[in-house]
Amino acid sequence: MLYINCPHCGLRSQNEFAYGGDATVKRPELNKEISDQEWDNFVYLRKSPRGKHLELWHHISGCRQWIKVERDTSTHEIFKTYKANEAIE
Amino acid sequence: MSQDFRLDNVGMVNREKKISFKFNGKKYFGFEGDTIASALIANGVHLVGRSFKYHRPRGFFGVGVDEPYAILQLDRNNERDPNIRATEQEIFEGLEVKSVNCWPSVNFDIGAINNFLKMFFPAGFYYKTFMWPPSFWYKIYEPFIRMAAGFGEASIKHDKERYEHKYEYCDLLITGSGPSGLASAYAAAKNGARVILAEDKPRFGGSLLTSDVNIGNQTGVEWTEKIIAELKSMPNVVVKNRSQVFGYYDHNMLVMSERISDHLPKTQEYLPKQRLWYIRANEVLISSGSIERPLVFGNNDTPGVMLSSAAKEYMKVYGVLVGKKPLIFTNNDSGYETAIEFKKNGVNPIILDTRSNPSSDIITEAKNLNIEIKFSYVVVAAKGYKKVKSADIAKISDDKKELFNIENIKCDCICVSGFWTPSIHLASQSGNKSKFNEKIDAFVPDKSKQQENTIGSANGIFTLEETIKDAFDKGFDVSNKITEKNNKVSVPTVVEKKSTDHDKFWCVPLPKGKSYKRFLDFQNDVAVSDIELALREGFRSIEHVKRYTTLGMATDQGKTSNLNGLQLVSDIENKVVPQVGHTTFRPPYTPVSIGAIVGREVGKHSKPTRKSPMHSWHEKNNAVFVDAGVWLRPRYYKQGNEGLFEASKREAKNVRQNVGVCDVTTLGKIDVKGPDAAEFLNRVYTNAWLKLPVGKARYGVMLREDGIVMDDGTTTRISENHYHMTTTTAQAANVLSHLEYYLQLVWPELNVNVVSTTEQWAGAAIAGPNSRKLLMKLFPNLDVSNEGLPFMGYKEADLFEVPAKIYRISFSGELAYEINVESDNGYFMWEKIMEVGQEFKIQPYGTEALSTLRIEMGHVAGSELDGRTIPYDASLEGLVSKKKDFIGKRSLNRSAFISKDREKLVGVVPIDKTTSIPEGSYIVKDPKAKLPNPKLGHVSASCWSVEYDNPFSLAIIKDGKNMIGQKLFAMSPLKNKTIPVEIVSSHYVDPEGKRVRS
Ligand SMILES: [Zn+2]
Repeated sequence: MLYINCPHCGLRSQNEFAYGGDATVKRPELNKEISDQEWDNFVYLRKSPRGKHLELWHHISGCRQWIKVERDTSTHEIFKTYKANEAIE
Repeated sequence: MSQDFRLDNVGMVNREKKISFKFNGKKYFGFEGDTIASALIANGVHLVGRSFKYHRPRGFFGVGVDEPYAILQLDRNNERDPNIRATEQEIFEGLEVKSVNCWPSVNFDIGAINNFLKMFFPAGFYYKTFMWPPSFWYKIYEPFIRMAAGFGEASIKHDKERYEHKYEYCDLLITGSGPSGLASAYAAAKNGARVILAEDKPRFGGSLLTSDVNIGNQTGVEWTEKIIAELKSMPNVVVKNRSQVFGYYDHNMLVMSERISDHLPKTQEYLPKQRLWYIRANEVLISSGSIERPLVFGNNDTPGVMLSSAAKEYMKVYGVLVGKKPLIFTNNDSGYETAIEFKKNGVNPIILDTRSNPSSDIITEAKNLNIEIKFSYVVVAAKGYKKVKSADIAKISDDKKELFNIENIKCDCICVSGFWTPSIHLASQSGNKSKFNEKIDAFVPDKSKQQENTIGSANGIFTLEETIKDAFDKGFDVSNKITEKNNKVSVPTVVEKKSTDHDKFWCVPLPKGKSYKRFLDFQNDVAVSDIELALREGFRSIEHVKRYTTLGMATDQGKTSNLNGLQLVSDIENKVVPQVGHTTFRPPYTPVSIGAIVGREVGKHSKPTRKSPMHSWHEKNNAVFVDAGVWLRPRYYKQGNEGLFEASKREAKNVRQNVGVCDVTTLGKIDVKGPDAAEFLNRVYTNAWLKLPVGKARYGVMLREDGIVMDDGTTTRISENHYHMTTTTAQAANVLSHLEYYLQLVWPELNVNVVSTTEQWAGAAIAGPNSRKLLMKLFPNLDVSNEGLPFMGYKEADLFEVPAKIYRISFSGELAYEINVESDNGYFMWEKIMEVGQEFKIQPYGTEALSTLRIEMGHVAGSELDGRTIPYDASLEGLVSKKKDFIGKRSLNRSAFISKDREKLVGVVPIDKTTSIPEGSYIVKDPKAKLPNPKLGHVSASCWSVEYDNPFSLAIIKDGKNMIGQKLFAMSPLKNKTIPVEIVSSHYVDPEGKRVRS
């Protein structure tokens, strides 16, 4: 079970969190004309990298904040965690 | 029965307390502190089971977790427990155990015929034998395999025992209380670290219980007792026996199973049977020790052949002789320690040593005790079927290829020692890539992967002096990283006998013309010939060989077999062991009860149960409850002999004719607050929200980004910057997460906050033509006229001095209001409504009547918004704004979503007006069409329309709106029904929606 350092609460067990997928996906702006392809990429296409992955976790049984976690998908090593709107190094 | 093999005054069992137990129906006696194994051996019983494949007789091979054979089934307190290791389970008064893997009995086993049909059971026999024809699987192969094999029979009853889970945090977890575990725990604890020391056996001390050593002028046992007593007295230390750390998971999470009551006749009151510990440790020291390696020779699975270390432990810990004419077969000095112990207890052993001319303190001691030793000698084959009776032994050439002077000598047990294998399972589970240590012919942990270090013989250190010194250092080092107290304790002096090098020889060649089975894996019946065959058939990767031959699988996890298997593969392949590599060790290290894994999360405890504040009223009034998400809701209120159908019909009818009241507390409620709340709702919902005035409610639908409907509900503007959102009961939690996602990550510039208020409000829906009259009486000072409180209006007023919120919204399609009060006042509100409602013929109604009312009105719910529908499918196009953008809008023009034959919502009525249509039925044109019959759609919800007194259903069918008026068929192959139906509008009752506005 992962041990995730919530930037708001500190180290907490994985079972307090819900996984939220790739954190680098950006939602297209509202009211902006975009192609079908761009929209499909946003809704459906995700990379599944082996190695470093910046991902979202929701601290649902804690502070209820969405956070970003930089994790190695093959070793589960967590390098760093960020608040939702913190700049990524 | 007398205990013929029990020694007087030797061992640690409690001679004062005699205990009787039954094995295969026969009564035996042992002492408190015995395991089933030690007590049976004391009684001369060695035959305890049959092997997995060939059904050969099985005895005891080890003395603890190393035991591959003696797996029994236990009956305790009317519960059945399979998969019990006889070497671990302690006896208690009244214990009953029986053998597994044998039918009809352990002494006469029909499956043993397999032993004479060996050609049918070669490597990969499951894959070869039971392949064809496939139809044989179900009726012939599977029942045969299940009856003939398997390790016991699981009970099909509910397990009445209690199991608990515990979460614990520590600086240092130490897995095993042998010399290295004790020394490191002591050093770390003295340095102020929070330590957990776990020992899987009942007794602490590991090898110190049986070795002839001296630490700080004390015997190993005395030193152990002193250290344990001191550790137990320290507040920063937890010491646990009967506790196996069986799994090493990510981020230094380890799981330990503590057997609290298994050794007692009955689980004690207020205590669980077992407790599962989830331990998050900053550092881990793995001190799990090592397991003696078998030597491989003909019929080496015969009962009476066992590890020499096990024979020694039976003597020293339990005071039990495993035989009175022992043969010791060894390639190292450990066998001598066992022989010396036999000699001390008045039994004359013979030692066969594969080495030609070794010398050490221990060998000298054995010689001085006049023990017979034969150098360059091996056991060729054990003789005897159910118990060793003699052994063929031979002199072996220096190159270990040829046998000379084969002779038969009498013996009643053969104690084997093929040197030691470190138990690296936990280190391997943590991700540590092991490395091969040539000196000990075994793998040891390599660089730490997580925060773990391995100490003592688990790390391949086999001298006590080095072990103790290294463990004191490691205990100090890892604790000091955390505590920084620099409190170092001195290392005691150690006295032990020096031993010399072991012989790398491990597998006795077959004599000419003989084809003895030489077993590698005793639990899974894998012999040398099976591995040879697998390699001849082209299997190369050790992982493939493992799965093909079953070497090192099941509950044993290769504890005794692993290295010999690798040796053999590398010998045949002309490789060295590290080139072959080893298979992956996986948790659990030893079997764990399913009950312990599940813990308290059984039955109703598997999820939380939420009850509304009015729950006890419902109970008192004969409500029959139904699970709705995590809530319990009244499904109907039973009157007299009514069933579900009659009661729900009565309740729904009363709503249409008079007035009903329904507990709607369970609806999800979310407060949306902030200056940008309107803008936020406008982006979340498909319809327009910017112009909703204060004091008004609006129905809204929200989508996922892929255009599928996520949820629906009404949201009310309470004040300028405050909205009260409602969600469906089931989606409440998801909707909150969804809103938080957009506010925190996508549009952080919006100044809005959301918080769940579901549990803050108790809700009652009042519906029916009399509801306004009732409301007038409940709120005499409030203008509840159609003008004063119009449809979708909102008011605040006091209900008998209790502050209440009144929403004029309707799910039933009738004139209806929803009253919310603070949860604590919910019961009061409900009683008042019932009391005042008497004169208007009020009745409570449950979820079944609620469904009926919404279905015949054509209101969609979860069965239509099932994660596949977009707003157009559910006739909600009027709610989709063309002007503004919102979540999911861009997906709605995907070609599949705008296709003409998209399935849409309609109503369905059976032509005969009497036959109810099962939910899930398919709508088809021709019931006799060739299969697969083209499906037009499916029935999503069915009810008995109380308005028209006939069945009515909602369905989602292709090109729905254009199908209205058509005569089709509803088919339910499950219920074996074909019903002629007519497609009608989904708005079956009051299609213009006059009632809600009346
Ligand atoms: Zn948090």
